[in-house]
Amino acid sequence: MKESQTWIGKPVSRVDGYAKVTGAARYAAEFKSDGLVYGVVVSSDVTKGKILKIDSRSALACDGVIEVITHENRPKVSFWNRKFGDQDSPPGDHFRALYDSEVYYSGQPVALVIAETFEAARYAAKLVVITYELEEYETDFHSRLEEAYAPKETKPGFEKPKSRGDADEAFSQAPHKISAEYDSPTQHHNPMEMHATTVVYEGDDTYTIYDKTQGTANSQAYVCQVFGLSPKKVRVRAPFVGGAFGSGLRPQYQLYLAVMAAKKLQRSVRVVLTRQQMFSFGHRPASVQTVKLSAGEDGVLHSVGHSVTAETSQLEDYMENVVSWSGMLYKCENVEVKHELVKADIFTPLDMRAPGATSGLFALESAMDELSYEIGMDPLELRLANYTEKDQNYFGRSFSSKELRACYEQGAAKFGWSKRALKPRSLREGKKWIGQGVATGVWDALHMKSTASAEFTSKGELKITSGVTDIGTGTYTILTQIAAETLGLNLENVTTSIGDTDFTPAPLQGGSWTAGSMGSATQAACFAVREKIFKLAKKLPDSPFSDAELSDVLFEGGEMLLKKDPSRSVSLNDVLKSSRVDSVKAEGTSAPNYLKELPHARNTHSAVFAEVKVDADFGMIEVSRVVVAVAAGKILNPKTARSQILGGVVWGMSQALFEETVTDHRLGRILNHSFAEYHIPVNRDVPEIDVIFVPEADSIVNELGVKGLGEIGIVGTAAAVANAVFHATGKRVRNLPIRPDKMV
Amino acid sequence: MQKNKIEASGGRGSNQTFKSVPVTIQVNGRKFTCDVEPWTTLLDLLREKFELTGTKKGCDHGQCGACTVLIDGKRVNSCLTLAVMKDGAEVTTIEGLEREGILHPIQKAFIDQDAFQCGYCTPGQICSAVGLLSEGHAKTDDEIREEMSGNLCRCGAYPNILAAVKQVLQEKKVSP
Amino acid sequence: MNPFQFERSSSSSEAILRMGKNSRAKFIGGGTNLIDLMKEGVESSDFLLDVNHVGMNEVLELPGGRIRIGASVTNSDAAYSGLVEERFPLLRDAILAGASPQLRNMATCGGNLLQRTRCYYFYDLATACNKRENGSGCDAIAGNNRIHALFGASDACIAVHPSDMCVALATLNAEIHVLGPNGPRVIRIADFHRLPGNDPTRDNTLSRDELIIAIELPPSPLNHHYHYAKVRDRSSYAFALISAAVGMNLEAGKIQSASIAMGGVAHKPWRDSRAEKLLIGKRPEIRVFRDFSEAFFKSARGLGHNNFKIELGKRTLVRALEEASLK
Repeated sequence: MKESQTWIGKPVSRVDGYAKVTGAARYAAEFKSDGLVYGVVVSSDVTKGKILKIDSRSALACDGVIEVITHENRPKVSFWNRKFGDQDSPPGDHFRALYDSEVYYSGQPVALVIAETFEAARYAAKLVVITYELEEYETDFHSRLEEAYAPKETKPGFEKPKSRGDADEAFSQAPHKISAEYDSPTQHHNPMEMHATTVVYEGDDTYTIYDKTQGTANSQAYVCQVFGLSPKKVRVRAPFVGGAFGSGLRPQYQLYLAVMAAKKLQRSVRVVLTRQQMFSFGHRPASVQTVKLSAGEDGVLHSVGHSVTAETSQLEDYMENVVSWSGMLYKCENVEVKHELVKADIFTPLDMRAPGATSGLFALESAMDELSYEIGMDPLELRLANYTEKDQNYFGRSFSSKELRACYEQGAAKFGWSKRALKPRSLREGKKWIGQGVATGVWDALHMKSTASAEFTSKGELKITSGVTDIGTGTYTILTQIAAETLGLNLENVTTSIGDTDFTPAPLQGGSWTAGSMGSATQAACFAVREKIFKLAKKLPDSPFSDAELSDVLFEGGEMLLKKDPSRSVSLNDVLKSSRVDSVKAEGTSAPNYLKELPHARNTHSAVFAEVKVDADFGMIEVSRVVVAVAAGKILNPKTARSQILGGVVWGMSQALFEETVTDHRLGRILNHSFAEYHIPVNRDVPEIDVIFVPEADSIVNELGVKGLGEIGIVGTAAAVANAVFHATGKRVRNLPIRPDKMV
Repeated sequence: MQKNKIEASGGRGSNQTFKSVPVTIQVNGRKFTCDVEPWTTLLDLLREKFELTGTKKGCDHGQCGACTVLIDGKRVNSCLTLAVMKDGAEVTTIEGLEREGILHPIQKAFIDQDAFQCGYCTPGQICSAVGLLSEGHAKTDDEIREEMSGNLCRCGAYPNILAAVKQVLQEKKVSP
Repeated sequence: MNPFQFERSSSSSEAILRMGKNSRAKFIGGGTNLIDLMKEGVESSDFLLDVNHVGMNEVLELPGGRIRIGASVTNSDAAYSGLVEERFPLLRDAILAGASPQLRNMATCGGNLLQRTRCYYFYDLATACNKRENGSGCDAIAGNNRIHALFGASDACIAVHPSDMCVALATLNAEIHVLGPNGPRVIRIADFHRLPGNDPTRDNTLSRDELIIAIELPPSPLNHHYHYAKVRDRSSYAFALISAAVGMNLEAGKIQSASIAMGGVAHKPWRDSRAEKLLIGKRPEIRVFRDFSEAFFKSARGLGHNNFKIELGKRTLVRALEEASLK
């Protein structure tokens, strides 16, 4: 008997690692096609108004320039605005590039220049002369807070904030209280790969599209709806995606423009956005939040109040779950929560890593810290004093699993929290103040209907396919592990191919639901293949399994064997060969079981401990240490899982200290639209990050008990850093990012 | 403050044709001779003409490091390098680091340490690390962090990138 | 990037001749700033003349303790050259505080002198900028001026010079050797960069057809008590909000001479020789440094968003002086 292999839970290296370290992995802008032409987008220089005239003559006169597409000469697109909607679009009118002469925001795409070379298109794009009629605009939602409204219709996934008890009354009676306002800036996703689409024209109005997206099916449906094409004629592929963090949840305009050009010219077209243009679509919305907390001497919360007002565009009502966490994270009878929007002349915001929770928990967890000092209580103790085993947002339902207490304990132990002095501004090393902060993180463990396909061949190879993407999360690797383990194979015998609408449909990749949902679907597909092979094996002449049930056999080492007599075995490929079958194929689906799932709150949790050193003169903040303890159900691969958390923590640090899209509201124009001025951390900014995965068994969230890790690393981190900055210096910064100018 | 009408974007059209220039560049040991328009960057030449798409475009302005390649052994940003300026130069890209089926130690270390996620900044990180190793200025963790700070990673793989560079420095110590 | 003709020059004198004929021609060194700006459409040219191969790529020792850094020596090669490390460690530190290893491998020392501002508005063709197009106005003055000048700004322009290297050169009293159609001349670093006045398009006093040949550094006693301090929004690969290059000569516990330049505060590296005199003969103490920084910033004028840089600048000076004195 061969040694048994288990892959789930093993720290295996990425199966796509070789492709990524050798440059073999191809991203959206890297697929070739004969006669490929290049499109470069012309962006609006003005913020609001109407295009009166577009003069393309100079551009068209350049060598190699083929066409300038504008609203005046574009091919036909759907008349119905709703056709421009997609799986992640908020309610409202959806933006349609080059649709008419309207300009809604600065940086809006207003023309596409197409040329034989990238260089010619880039140059000619600068020569397109556009005359506008200008209209008044307002890009700063802060100046319109009195116009805040609560939209009637909301985005899928948005939970209407639910208040309970009487927070005002409890607040007024409580011995300890704090009320504070927190400001979060606009942020842009800025994945390293700029948004790009290569449309390969296959003739006969048929297209193979390499798109930067988090949902191949979403891009396909959008293209079909907008251009009136049959899905049979549109194949969307995204085998590798150079990061996205939400930017690929909606079809972005480079896809639309590339298809438009390919359709018009009947040629293959590539459109790559510039880094500046990466600031011209969805973003994390700026928001203002008010948090009011009150508590007794024992730290027990008497009331929680949390309201948010966030920016949205004139076209759509974007909403994300900012305040709902405040009704569930701690035990409290009196909760008042509110979410409102203000319209501005900007592009619609878009889900960005842990949408809502990232800003909401920064505010709530900063406020908890403020309350702890107000009471004179250790901030970790305060959180423990309000620990809840019930989700009070939903009638006190229990959690499917919740090991947050263990996160606090293990994180604190590793960090050495017990040695921390309570008083702020009490630790100094040379020119630097040292401080330590803690915060809690929470995110949903979502389950989305997902399908995967498995095919086992008589050569002993297992092929897993699905439309799902891998934006760097490690999907390729975990699906391979799950498949190999389910059929008892080596990793080398499993090939996972994803990111293609020719494969089984998958949901958008996001919300931390992919590992659990797709993993479970893959397992289901492999279970089905297993059953089929078993049935074949039973029918073989003199089969050792003729009397056996599926539950009587094991799949190990490429073989099927009887549990009670492992010497009786047959190799899987022999089963196929003997049955004269080339391959066995099955689909597997994982879908939410509402009866089982809804009675429980299903969440991931974390406890983040951060230490900072703040230069006493310059206010430059260095994060010197982070310990994060995470409870997220089963960990499929500790190696890639740790990377997910590292990335999340780096994002949280970035949110706390660096990231802000700066707009000159007089001009309505984003100023720091580059990696030189839109700061994200560099290697030197990032310290040692200790990741602890607290074991957590969960039989409810999905078949695998996996909760997902994409967002839980970021939520909580910014507050932990900001709280550490306060502990170091005694200075509370409530408007992010905490840059030197706010510390001096 | 607002003008009623404005004309924006634009300037002189140009029919003026400028000549392409013959250029010979050695890339990963292979000699490429071609006519290049002077305003073509080395990055675009590699990606669009030579189909060496391993070198990435992350900003096109020298602000991210994704396009890092080695020219005559030194790490540089290929997005700010005009191809014509490198006539006669030897360029090593990510595709040229693997030799006879054996990964460069830093490539292997990146896999071992899971020093990437989406993989898009990875070729630049790896070429940068190769440059760092040959420069020999970085020895301590902080020095490595600083010397790798010309390569942004939005996925936040920095601690693992540090670990990968350290792995190779360690291996070098053990077997010089 | 607009189309242009490209040629490689083989000698500096030939380069100058060729430049003279074409008013839209430009020299190109490392290209790290010029190519960036040409892609943005901020700069354009019909003819780029490559001056990397005209024999200006050495760091040499000259008689009398001077050193000469060829204009096409890369920033990395300059920083790590033995002569610079040993005699002008302040310059090394300033160079290494700038950009990234890759950019320092490309950027030349001559080009570094010509680095253009990082003003957001300068970089964005959709906004008004007198530096880009004189007479178009300046959207920065009443706009977001967080990174802008405290000294020497004009009604036309509030941009700052972004270089780290040049701040150290200012402290070290470097001389810029240039060659023009009328022969060679030497420009003191203090006279090389200019204030914006009513023509912000000109960053420096070099004429269009002059070529930087080398940077010469006179012997300096500042190789012991020196410090380069740089405050920025992140720890690396970011332009300075404020920087200070400080050197002093201490004898018998007193400051014999001191030289101080600041970056991130003006259209050129900023020195105040009158304030520097306040240090002479004093003990290197915090109180003395504070007095100095107050005097240095006496004429500073904040524009709103950048007001914090006044206090930050003072602290940076004090810190840099303190670090230098303790070395």
